[in-house]
Amino acid sequence: MSERKIRVLIAKPGLDGHDRGAKIVARALRDAGMEVIYTGLHQTPEQIVETAIQEDVDFIGLSCLSGAHMTLFPKITALLREKGAEDILVTGGGIIPEEDIPLLKKSGIAEIFGPGTPLDDIIDFHRKHIRK
Amino acid sequence: MDLAEKVLQGDRRAVARLITEVENSGKLAGDILKALHGRTGHAHIIGVTGPPGAGKSTLIDRLAKSYRLLNKKIGIIAIDPSSPFTGGAILGDRIRMSDLNTDPGVYIRSMGTRGHLGGLSRATADVVKILDAFGMDKIIIETVGAGQSEVEIASMAHTTILVEMPGLGDDIQTIKAGIMEIGDIFVVNKADRQGADRTELELRAMLELQSEPGLWVPPILRTVASSNEGITSLRDSIEIHYSHLTSSGNLDKHNYIRTKQEFLSIMREELIGLVIQSELSESQLDGIIMSILKRESDPHTEVSRIIQRFSANR
Ligand SMILES: Nc1nc2c(ncn2[C@@H]2O[C@H](COP(=O)(O)OP(=O)(O)OP(=O)(O)O)[C@@H](O)[C@H]2O)c(=O)[nH]1
Ligand SMILES: [Mg+2]
Repeated sequence: MSERKIRVLIAKPGLDGHDRGAKIVARALRDAGMEVIYTGLHQTPEQIVETAIQEDVDFIGLSCLSGAHMTLFPKITALLREKGAEDILVTGGGIIPEEDIPLLKKSGIAEIFGPGTPLDDIIDFHRKHIRK
Repeated sequence: MDLAEKVLQGDRRAVARLITEVENSGKLAGDILKALHGRTGHAHIIGVTGPPGAGKSTLIDRLAKSYRLLNKKIGIIAIDPSSPFTGGAILGDRIRMSDLNTDPGVYIRSMGTRGHLGGLSRATADVVKILDAFGMDKIIIETVGAGQSEVEIASMAHTTILVEMPGLGDDIQTIKAGIMEIGDIFVVNKADRQGADRTELELRAMLELQSEPGLWVPPILRTVASSNEGITSLRDSIEIHYSHLTSSGNLDKHNYIRTKQEFLSIMREELIGLVIQSELSESQLDGIIMSILKRESDPHTEVSRIIQRFSANR
C-alpha cells in the first residue's frame, strides 16, 4: 500500500526573531495531514537548502519579516538550482511589498502568501502543486 | 545509474529519495533494499530515548559534533509522533541541530511515526539500512520515550541511552516498571538544574536492584547538553559499551535476533499480502466479518478455511 505524504520545510532565513506566522502556517499544514519540518530561527540559505534536500521535502515555505527577502529568497532558489533540486517548490510569506512579487517570482519563487492570506488557500496550494 | 548505485556512491539526493520511497512503501523500495543489503552491517546503531524535553536533540547535536572530531560519519534519525487523527506531524528536532545541517559528514532525517505504535516508524529499520550502506559510522535514533517505545528502540539499537532530567519524580516511577533493563547508558541531562543528585541517586538505587555479576553495568552520567558538558565522557562510555558488546559476543547475538525479526516480519507481510490478494476480495472480507459479528462463524474457523483454500489452489 503506497501512500504519498506531503512534506514541507518551514524555514526562517535572516535575522528577524518573529516566528509566530511561520508557526501558524506549520500547524495549519500539519492539521491538513502534512509532515512539517520546522527548523527554527536564523537559518542561512545554505542550511535551508541542505535541510530541504536531506528531508526530501516537496515544498519550502520561507518567512521573512526583516526586509531582506529580495536577497535571501533568490539566493535560496539559486542554490536549489545549483544542487539540481529545483523541483522543490519555494513559497514565501511575511511582509513583502506588492512591487517585489514579480521579481521574486522571476527568481523562481512559486508563490507569495501576503499577510492575511487564508490558511485554507495556503493548504490548497500545497495540495495542488505536489511533486510528481 | 539507479538509485541504489547512487546511494553507494554518496549521492545525498538519492539517499533522500530512497528514504521517501521506503516511507511511502513505494514500488522501488524492495528492489533497492535488496541491492543495498550486502553493503550494510558496518554501522554502530545508537538509540536515544527519554521523556519529552529532556534534551535528547541537544544531546545528539553535541554528541555528533564530538564524533565528528574523530572523523566519524553520523546519520541521525529523529522520530516524532504523527497525529492519529490527521496523520500530520510537526517534526522539530532539527531546531537543536542547526550547525550540523551543512556538515558533509552528517545526514539528518526527521520522520513521523505514521500510525506505528511503538515510537519508531514502520520504515525505521529500512532507513537505518540505507544510512548504513551510505557509509555512516554511527546512526543515532531519537524517539520520545513513552512506555512501549523504549523497548522497541532497544531491540533496534546496539547501544541504548536513556536520558532523564531532574525534577521528573513521577517519570522515574514509570521507568521502574521494566524499562530500566533496556538502558545501556543512563544520562541525567540538565545537571545544571536543582535535583540532579536526587535523580542520579534514584537511578542508582533501581539499577542496583537488577545488576548481575559479569554483565554490563550501565553507567550513570551527568551532562549539561546546552553548554556541552559531559559529552566526551558520554562518547567514551558509548565506545566502551560497543567494545564490550563486540568482545562478549553479544553484538553477534543482537544482530542475529534483529535479522531474524526482520526476516520474519517481511515474510509475514508478504504472505498476508499474497493470501489476501488471491483469496480475499473486499466484499468477501466484508461477508466474513459480518458472519463473525453475527456469531454465525468465528475468526479462527474463517482463517483456517482461507488458508486451506489457499494451499489447495497452489
Ligand atoms: N538547563 C538546561 N537546558 C537544556 C539542557 N539541554 C537541553 N536544554 C534545553 O531543554 C529544551 C529541550 O531540549 P531538546 O533538546 O529539544 O529536548 P528533547 O528531549 O529533544 O525534546 P523533544 O524532542 O521535544 O522530546 C531546550 O530549550 C534546550 O535548550 C541542559 O543540559 N540544561
Ligand atoms: Mg527532540
